[in-house]
Amino acid sequence: MIRVVLPSHLRILARTGSEVQLDVEAAVTLRSILDALEARYPALGGTLRDHVTQQRRPFVRFFVCGEDWSHESPDKVLPDAIASGAEPFLVVGAIAGGHGASLQIWNFMPDLPG
Amino acid sequence: MSSVRVLVGTRKGAFILTSDGKREQWDISGPHFAGWEIYHLKGSPADPNRVYASQSTGWFGQLIQRSSDGGQTWEPVGNKFAYEGVPGTHQWYDGTPHPWEFKRVWHLEPSLTDPDTVYAGVEDAAIFRTTDGGQNWRELPGLRGHGSGPHWQPGAGGMCLHTIILDPSNPSRIYIAISAAGAFRTDDGGAAWKPINQGLHSQTIPDPTAEVGHCVHHVAMHPSRPGVLFMQKHWDVMRSDNAGDSWREVSGNLPTDFGFTIDVHAHDPETIYVVPIKSDSEHFPPDGKLRVFRSRTGGNEWEPLTKGLPQRDCYVNVLRDAMAVDSLDSCGVYFGTTGGQVYASADAGDNWAPIVRDLPAVLSVEVQTLQ
Repeated sequence: MIRVVLPSHLRILARTGSEVQLDVEAAVTLRSILDALEARYPALGGTLRDHVTQQRRPFVRFFVCGEDWSHESPDKVLPDAIASGAEPFLVVGAIAGGHGASLQIWNFMPDLPG
Repeated sequence: MSSVRVLVGTRKGAFILTSDGKREQWDISGPHFAGWEIYHLKGSPADPNRVYASQSTGWFGQLIQRSSDGGQTWEPVGNKFAYEGVPGTHQWYDGTPHPWEFKRVWHLEPSLTDPDTVYAGVEDAAIFRTTDGGQNWRELPGLRGHGSGPHWQPGAGGMCLHTIILDPSNPSRIYIAISAAGAFRTDDGGAAWKPINQGLHSQTIPDPTAEVGHCVHHVAMHPSRPGVLFMQKHWDVMRSDNAGDSWREVSGNLPTDFGFTIDVHAHDPETIYVVPIKSDSEHFPPDGKLRVFRSRTGGNEWEPLTKGLPQRDCYVNVLRDAMAVDSLDSCGVYFGTTGGQVYASADAGDNWAPIVRDLPAVLSVEVQTLQ
């Protein structure tokens, strides 16, 4: 079971709580998590990655076990802690520009002080 | 008894204002889609409870919302806007080629007869259509394929297709306008398009007969005279009496002929409204006075309408899709400002009052007259 934490706007759009739980049959990657997320919540289609190019939207970031995975290959296998549900997969809407970006991401990271 | 529903799109959500036919007391619901930019909402003429909304942010992109109960509840529908074929390039601000990239939906125009059919005007400029209530959107590629597309250039707000007008007398005829390419018309339901910009003059375009490149801000039409069009261009208020084949200037005695919005009285097709804005570098009313100007002669002769509007220290803007009229016996006129006010007049512009004062910046105003 994968745990996914969504930003506020997308929780409202998907009509779900702060944390989404997903079953991912295939290898746990960015792509398979997003596929499962969009399949369960079709309203999220196009909000995290472009419908056509499948590229991550520029102001969307993905965090895994305290690390920024936004620029990793979508097919890179995620750590076991994500696959087991021990750690959540974080989707973050970055503040555009300046110091604010790091501040918001910092506050979204549950395992970091701040 | 008749009633009125005003659909307001803002920088941070949508608001719906309702009143009975007296238009004195208003109920306000919202914000719907709080925190999102709502560029436009519009109801279906064929089913007024069917309302569509364009919802977007720079973070999470474009969504389309649909309501079947007049905006009380909403459901997200399809949001895939993919250009047909190879998108190609248009001109960037500096004149270099720039790839066509979808950014957002500026305007939604529901069909006059089918609540499931809607046209969408988008940035980068193109027109899309759904025939299944918004689930699937397909581009009408003949517009971008007209051949002039590589020469289109964005206006300051982006290269947006912001105006879509359906001809009630001819289902095959549609007018659209793009900033900054110009106005176009199709006479075959959207397969082929022709630019209709003859008579427009823009200082930055050296060729007075240039087919495209004009920064058209908005176009309005009265449904009883679909061949007569009124245009607020970047500078100049224009009129066409031949379905856009040629235009003539009707700015007349306006204090400035720069502006964004323009609309037509519901019952008198020669009565039109504009909100003059000082200039393209100072987007607020001249002299700090918020004035609607009305012409009862189809242009050229304009009178300022000021009763109830701030006449000092007012520096708001009124954007291109932020004016609308109702069709009650005494025509109501409505407009929203970037300061968050929506002003209404229940007597065709003679007297005004704010019906809401402190919304986020208003991007669009549409009105439904309900029986």
